[in-house]
Amino acid sequence: MLDLVGRKLIYLLPVLLAVTALTFLIAALLPGDLALAMLGDQATPENVAALHQKLGLDLPLWQQYLHWLRHVLSGDLGTSHRTGETVVHAIAGRLPVSLELLVIAQLGGLLIGVPLAMLCAVRPDSAVDRVVSGVAFGMLSMPPFLLAIVLIFIFALRLGILPATAYVPLAQDVLGNLRSMALPGATLALLEWPTILRVLRSDLISTLQEDYIAMARAKGLTARRILFVHALKPSSLTLVTVVGLNIGRLIGGAVITESIFALPGIGRLLVESIYTRDFIVLQGCVLFVAVAFVVVNFLVDLLYAALDPRIRHGRA
Amino acid sequence: MAALDATGALGTAGAAAWRRRRLGTVFWLAVAWIALVLLLAFCSPLLPLADPAKMSLLARRAVPSAAHLLGTDALGRDLLARLIFGARSSLAVGLLAPLAATLIGGALGLLAGYFRGWLETITVGASDVLLAFPPLVLALAVTAYLGQSVPNLILVLAMLTVPAVTRIARAGTLGVRERDFVTAARALGASHTRILLREILPNIMLPLIAYFLVLVAVIITAEGILSFLGLGVPPPLPSWGSMIAEGRDNLDVAPQIAFIPATAMFLTVLAFNLVGDRLRSITDPRRAGS
Repeated sequence: MLDLVGRKLIYLLPVLLAVTALTFLIAALLPGDLALAMLGDQATPENVAALHQKLGLDLPLWQQYLHWLRHVLSGDLGTSHRTGETVVHAIAGRLPVSLELLVIAQLGGLLIGVPLAMLCAVRPDSAVDRVVSGVAFGMLSMPPFLLAIVLIFIFALRLGILPATAYVPLAQDVLGNLRSMALPGATLALLEWPTILRVLRSDLISTLQEDYIAMARAKGLTARRILFVHALKPSSLTLVTVVGLNIGRLIGGAVITESIFALPGIGRLLVESIYTRDFIVLQGCVLFVAVAFVVVNFLVDLLYAALDPRIRHGRA
Repeated sequence: MAALDATGALGTAGAAAWRRRRLGTVFWLAVAWIALVLLLAFCSPLLPLADPAKMSLLARRAVPSAAHLLGTDALGRDLLARLIFGARSSLAVGLLAPLAATLIGGALGLLAGYFRGWLETITVGASDVLLAFPPLVLALAVTAYLGQSVPNLILVLAMLTVPAVTRIARAGTLGVRERDFVTAARALGASHTRILLREILPNIMLPLIAYFLVLVAVIITAEGILSFLGLGVPPPLPSWGSMIAEGRDNLDVAPQIAFIPATAMFLTVLAFNLVGDRLRSITDPRRAGS
């Protein structure tokens, strides 16, 4: 196992380095002058020159990158040019919102997806299975903002039982917070369950055809016991990966959902930084999101190996 | 392969009927919808439509009538005209970006899988780095820096989808490069170009086409997301995403302004997914029975 961690780590480091380089280089794509673009209306020759000095824009690109990387490694992602807030502080302030949304979305998705997958896998190709799988396929084609709008229309406008955009911090009012998280959480959960269903359903179906399940049936165990005790655990390996990947994706905030429901998470910070041309914040957000994504994927890989003895012992 | 033998045994008319039964009614409904949307989008300048950018303060949020078959939006613009011209933007991005990605990624994957060596190392490494980014975040960031325009949008979305296509093409190539017919072609003195184009490419074509169709669905969604956030197709050009964003502000008084483009977009994404998934299940031996 330790050997495996080592091998994966050797691969992780160059990827992380490449991710930082690419994040940095995207900014170099900007046609024209970064300082000019950031200052917008307030650009005077003195302002521009001062910002050039501050950002080191006159240095060659590779020196700029090393300079920037050194700051990043010491935990300095720069300071917002508009608000004067450090990027690290801005991200840290918004991370809890994105994390709460992530937890609600994953729990909701599992709560819908796992029971339905078991229901379908017990009788593949039955009427129930066909309907549920069909609905799941349809949901996979649903663009996230469409689903959000449908939910807002039904629950906030027509029924008027849930708020669409009034975010309440958790520390201020727990119940109010959960109410304000209900629609965005439901949007993401409804987008997640079809993937969960598809993966678990197909793994369960193949597990249920194994010899040891036939053996358990022959011993006279109930179908329920076989499904829950004998089949579910060995079938959930791919599911662990899928949920892990979702977490990696959502840890950087759900850009669309947070924007539509006006949740102050990382996804919204990123979009706002684009609207306000606050490129330092944008760069910091992209770096955070990408590094979080890579690191979570790495951990998921390890978890998968820890769960599956075939991979753990390098025999897969 | 059994499918090919069977079609050979039947006459052409019989083969067509057989194939239709196998692919299912839903598949052909999806194909029909895609054809309709493509036709309307392609012919939109020739159709007797209102000007999609012409505003009319007297006819704001009009319900469907003879003058405006689908009604008007919050600025009094004809919804049907905007829907069809919006399809042009959505499909231009949704078809050209996957097309570019399939050509570039297909070529890279083919070369990497065939020649192996340093070319493969670089291709796989570069793909892994691009895949390490959450795609939507990368798309948002790059368009923010490059500036909003339809060509930029196509460029960015194509660049983001190249790695996935490369993977599929490379895996397919690795699967056939040691097969007997390739060895035979090599023994007969065929050039690399000939082996790549005549022996290997036809064998990875179907999975690539199936993936292309799924990509179209993915990219139409991505374009919708970017335009919905106001960071995709620049105004005044209509696109389904920006139409839905405009409709959201009128959801309480005139929900149809958002729901008409939303329905068109959902059906189109669903149709491409259905067709792509069906083709993929035919090519995937593990799922051939389903």
